[in-house]
Parts: sequence; structure tokens; C-alpha cells
Amino acid sequence: MTKQRVVVTGLGTINPLGNNVSDTWEKLVGGVSGIDYITLFDASDLPVTFAGEVKNFDANEYMGKQNARKLDRSGHLSIFAAEEAIQDAGFDLSKPLGEDFGIVFGTGIGGIGATEDAVRVYDERGSTRISPLAITQLMPNSSTGQVAIKYGIQGPSLTITTACAASANAIGEAKRMIEQNIVDKVIVGGTESGTTSMTIGAFAQIKALSKQNDEPQKACKPFDKNRDGFVMAEGSTVLILESESSAKDRDAKIYGYISGYGSSTDAYHITAPSEGGVGALRAMEKAISNADISNEKIDYINAHGTSTPANDLNETLAIKSLMNDYAYEVNISSTKSMTGHLLGGGGAFEAMASLLTMKNNQIPPTINLNDSDADCDLNYTANHSVDKDIDHVMSNSFGFGGHNAVLIFSKQ
Amino acid sequence: MEVNEVFEKVKGLFVEELGIDSEKVTMDAKLEEDLEIDSLGIVEVVMAFEDEFEIEIDDDELTDVGTVGQAVNLLHSKL
Repeated sequence: MTKQRVVVTGLGTINPLGNNVSDTWEKLVGGVSGIDYITLFDASDLPVTFAGEVKNFDANEYMGKQNARKLDRSGHLSIFAAEEAIQDAGFDLSKPLGEDFGIVFGTGIGGIGATEDAVRVYDERGSTRISPLAITQLMPNSSTGQVAIKYGIQGPSLTITTACAASANAIGEAKRMIEQNIVDKVIVGGTESGTTSMTIGAFAQIKALSKQNDEPQKACKPFDKNRDGFVMAEGSTVLILESESSAKDRDAKIYGYISGYGSSTDAYHITAPSEGGVGALRAMEKAISNADISNEKIDYINAHGTSTPANDLNETLAIKSLMNDYAYEVNISSTKSMTGHLLGGGGAFEAMASLLTMKNNQIPPTINLNDSDADCDLNYTANHSVDKDIDHVMSNSFGFGGHNAVLIFSKQ
Repeated sequence: MEVNEVFEKVKGLFVEELGIDSEKVTMDAKLEEDLEIDSLGIVEVVMAFEDEFEIEIDDDELTDVGTVGQAVNLLHSKL
């Protein structure tokens, strides 16, 4: 059987920049930050008081209280983003999608908010007062199951938890499912809502978060000399992956092709990237080889670019090792400078950003990049978007645990 | 406590705690079919009853409880 090419026919998102794809894109190319002081809980006792929260979203209003209370916030966001994506792809929301659709979701920490709530109840009132909904809210595959129930997705399903590479891995594994003719349409998503008190406190303990509390919008500054950590963010992004033949048969709108996927493991340290970014480099090489293009064909790199000192340096080194002289030419940017770090939801968001970059021939900038770091000396598309014809994009996602996932998107 | 007082409290719990539409909560309403309370929801309902009425309800007492009215009668008999 011929290997199917894989296209993206639908997009949906809810994230700190916007509650749909078009608003999000406008903010991305406008260089707008979605970061602000935390409003979802009292963060005054935490060393970090800001995050990238989803705004203007009330789950009770969206799905009714009786449904909303069954899900963790990460699940609410998944169902919301999936609705936009399924509609965008031209499928009828009033009918179950059925067994021709698979579903693969990625998340770093699943329903961590529900976990925190349940532990509080246990400590205060004992085991017999824990909500019977706690388990189904907190399990990492909750969004996968709930989105499948909501939209009637009955094909194969997977939940991938490779930390901040999770939804990039989800896209890559879904690509393989379609290439191997296991199923011809897959709902792929990334979701996270770790903007909670214990989780932010815990990430702050390992010095992963920026502590620039005085100016939240300026705190996330990937590749800048004064970067001091990432900014926690929440959101969900969903893509409809489809075989080229299925999409063409039904005259679907095509955002672009997923032409390459590579993954690797550092096997070095549980949080620190391998020296010189050699693990990340292996994933980039595999993705480009899988896309069957040369390095110089990449017009834009959507970097992992977390704004931690170690990530941005080692990612830069890996890109230099990969591309040699061309590394200094290619446009690179970190959309995390605007969204913050969506953790397991990041790969799917950045896949969307990559596809829109290609479709619109406009590269979103790395904002807050004002003081250059002598060791980060590539073209990071600082502060202003750039208009440029884009045929191929590489998107990097790296996770705690040493997981690396790289995707290549192509216009044709 | 009179049966109708128990009913009003039960109705309040269903509406406030579980987010069920108040007009659906009648004595005849079936918990699963009419109020869409699944097996996990039943556990929540029981926990809410125990907290509200300061009683304990054993699982075997629930065997014959399928409607709001049957739940109200069970609670009334335990008060």
C-alpha cells in the first residue's frame, strides 16, 4: 500500500493570546504578550506571580455546569479547541465522527489542578470526602477520553506524556498512523493547565521560571542576555490531520503538509539539555531526513525557545551544528516569548503557528529580545514580524526527561 | 423534618452542587435517565447528602433508589 502524505485541514485553539485561531494569529504577528499577573488563584505567596492564563473563558457557561464539573480545566480547554478545529475542517459537529477518526493528545501533567484539589480535600476532610470525579479529572488521558466522548471519535487513541515535547510527539505519532493507513483522519491536540499554585511553586523551586515579577509582559525573553527562565502558561490547540487523498476527495482546505518528524532522547539529565544540544540535534536531523529535504530548504525555525538560560543556548548550538553557515541566515523565532510555555500543549500550538506562518508568508517575532547574548547570535526575528515566502518550517519541542520531538511542515 | 423540606434541600443540592436545571428536579425524576447522573455522580450525590444531613448512607441502602422521590424518602427515614 502506498505511503499516505499527511495534511492539516483544521485548526482550533484557546491560549493566553486568544480564544480562536484568527485572534491568536493577529497577536502573534503583532508581537503581543499574553502574559499577565495570575488571576485564577491568590498567587501573592508564590515567588512567581504571573503566568499566561486563558482569558474570558467560563467553562460553566460554555458547556453547562453539570458537564463542566466533570472535567479539569485542561479538559475544558481541550473540548473548546477541538470544537473549533473540527468545524474548521468542515466536519459536522452534530454527528459522531465515528471510527474513521483517531485521536492523539499530548499533555505534560494532565489534570494537575484536580490532583491539587483532591489532596487538599483529603488533608482537610479525609479519604471519604474525595470527589468521585477526581480520578477521571486528573488522569493524563482525561482530555483524550473526554474529547472522544464529546465528538464521537471511535478510532485508535493514544495519550502522550513526554513533558514539553508531548503534543509535538502526538502530531508525529498521528502522522505515522495515517502514513501506515491505520486511519485516515486523526484529531491531534495538546493541552495543559498547570497555572496552579503547587505547580508554579514546584517549577519555581527548580529555578525553571522567570521571577521578573515587576514586568510580566517582558519576563519571557528567549535568546536575550537577561533571560532568567520560562513563564508558565495554559491552553489547548487541536489540529485535524488527514491523509492527502482523504482531504482532496472531500475538497478540504489544506493548511500544509506534515512532511517530517524526528524524535530522540538525551539520556543525559532529567531536566538539563545534553551539552551542545546533541540530543535535540539528532531529532532535527531525523526530521529533516524524514521530510527528504536539505537543511537549506528550511525557511523558518519555530524554536523551542523557552527563555531558560540552558535551553536557548543549547538549542542555538544544535541549530549551528545542523546548519553550519546557513544557521546564521535562517529566520528563527520563539512564539513562547508571547504565549509563555504551554508545556505539553506547546508542540501543538507551535505546529499551528508554523502552519500559519507558511500559509501567510509572515514570520512571528521573538519579542523582548533587546540585549543580545554573545552565545546566542543567530537570526531570532527580534521584536518585529518578517514577511517572507515560506515553503518549509521546522518546529522544535524538547521536554524534561530528555525528550526531543521535531516536526517539519511543508507548503507542497 | 417534613418530606417536602427534605425534597427542597435535595433539590437545592442538585441545582447548586451538581449544576442540574431546577425544573428537572421533581419527585418522579429518574436520577440516571432524567437528571443524567451517572455512577460517578451517584457517589457525589451520596456525599452531598451525607454532608447536608449529617448522616451516613451505606451502599446497600441505595439499591432501591432510582428516583428523586425514593432518595428523599430514604433520607427522611434516616432523620
